[in-house]
Amino acid sequence: MTDILKLIVLGAIMVAAAIAANFARDLAYQVHAVLIMLISAGLFLWVLRGAGEPKPASAVAVGYTDDVVRAGVIATTFWGVVGFLAGTYIAFQLAFPILNLDLPWTTFGRLRPLHTSAVIFAFGGNALIATSFYVVQRTCAARLWGGNLAWFVFWGYQLFIVLAATGYVLGATQSKEYAEPEWYVDIWLTVVWLAYLAVFMGTILRRKEPHIYVANWFYLAFILTVAMLHVVNNLSLPVSIFGSKSVQLFAGVQDALTQWWYGHNAVGFFLTAGFLGMMYYFIPKQAERPVYSYKLSIIHFWSLIFLYIWAGPHHLHYTALPDWAQTLGMVFSIMLWMPSWGGMINGLMTLSGAWDKLRTDPVLRMMVVSVGFYGMATFEGPMMSIRAVNSLSHYTDWTIGHVHSGALGWNGMITFGALYFLVPKLWNRERLYSLSLVSWHFWLATIGIVLYAASMWVTGIMEGLMWREVDAQGFLVNSFADTVAAKLPMYIVRGLGGVLYLAGALLMVWNLWMTARGVGQDEALARPAPAAAAE
Amino acid sequence: MDRYSFLRELADSWGLLALTLVFLGVILWTLRPGAAALHRDAAQVPLRHDRLPADDPTKER
Repeated sequence: MTDILKLIVLGAIMVAAAIAANFARDLAYQVHAVLIMLISAGLFLWVLRGAGEPKPASAVAVGYTDDVVRAGVIATTFWGVVGFLAGTYIAFQLAFPILNLDLPWTTFGRLRPLHTSAVIFAFGGNALIATSFYVVQRTCAARLWGGNLAWFVFWGYQLFIVLAATGYVLGATQSKEYAEPEWYVDIWLTVVWLAYLAVFMGTILRRKEPHIYVANWFYLAFILTVAMLHVVNNLSLPVSIFGSKSVQLFAGVQDALTQWWYGHNAVGFFLTAGFLGMMYYFIPKQAERPVYSYKLSIIHFWSLIFLYIWAGPHHLHYTALPDWAQTLGMVFSIMLWMPSWGGMINGLMTLSGAWDKLRTDPVLRMMVVSVGFYGMATFEGPMMSIRAVNSLSHYTDWTIGHVHSGALGWNGMITFGALYFLVPKLWNRERLYSLSLVSWHFWLATIGIVLYAASMWVTGIMEGLMWREVDAQGFLVNSFADTVAAKLPMYIVRGLGGVLYLAGALLMVWNLWMTARGVGQDEALARPAPAAAAE
Repeated sequence: MDRYSFLRELADSWGLLALTLVFLGVILWTLRPGAAALHRDAAQVPLRHDRLPADDPTKER
């Protein structure tokens, strides 16, 4: 019966997508309609082949739901490499414009959102979904709620990524930074995200631990807040239901404030709160000791939640935004320094009494360096939000350097650490394939970040000073093209930093692949799978 | 009074006061003397139930 229902729904989607493809007003929309038609046709055939077959007697679900986490780990690794590659390529595009290839699809303007979405939403988002599914089960001592709904979240999210990325390349964008996908992609993400919330909340509600562990608070804040931010910032009216173009409901400075309320809290809740959830689970696990101060972790949580949401206006200093709002954004950004460093200290001090592990465990070293970069980025950010500093730093490469020391250092390194922790557990291996490869990854990534951040500080401050330089008569000394020419050496150094970071990630792919395959593992030591343990 | 002015005044008077009090209340509640034992226990949560759920039928006894 449910098979027939599924077939009807899939068939309807298929026909609707075919009609949409026929009436499509632009290429991106048409490609997406064809894509959806093909996917629903494939699913239709898949359901049809299994229809009427006797279903295996519903076995009692045992153990944790880890297959979707395994898929998430693979997706995280894959999208990470794609995102780093795109970033390295566009870094060299800025140094050597010929790499734009004179084609509309490969220009910097289209590949840049492809890079940011690939690293933030595809790499970071998959890492968050996979780790949150892993962590919420272990800390609630309960199996994931919702059965196959978790698979819907996983595949739905991959579809969102593919629609967003192909849309950018074909020129569909609503031109909002970090919220570029057009209206129908936004609606699809909302559906997937609500399913994600349901799975996560459902698991918490069926928990066997009386207390909700602090990592889950951070994950839940991330899921809820991102849902709110995404819906409000994407309020728009499509021009036609057969086209990708839409018009924003807000205009002018209201639109700008909504965008940066979204944009900064995407940093605050997606790239900070969610990843702090990872920190509060994986660092205690890897160090094999509880977090330094549980009280501090709760204070860290509430301070972060209460302060972050107000910090967005610091992106709009010296604009049409009222002065009081700019000042408010600046003051809250500076206050945010305290909880951020409280969290950093909490993460680092978890190792107190076990500092020797840093000498022998490169995975732990990676996690600790990531917390160090968290501390550095959360000091630099408040400083740059001060209006006087911002007048020098804003619109320069300093901002790009700041973002990358946070993203490559904090988000990237904690995710690598989590992947190195997860793969042996998820594929039932005793250990990683090679610890020296992890050390290589660690140093390649760290030196890559140092090259990136240092070159961007130099070029950012240089161009900021060149832009404001005036001669004795009060005329500007430099043209924009002068600053571009002066930046070339730093752009090449930045690109090389990207190459090192990408090389480290490729070593990780190799290492994780060999670990999952079980190469070099002592078979006698291999742990039995949970299902086998029952016998 | 138009809506903007009303919300603006609400935000920097009663709204600010209420949010500040809630925030301080949460911090004080966290620091209450009786919470230490609960927090010590909660900090151990990640170190338990690594392989199987609490009520798993296959749990080795």
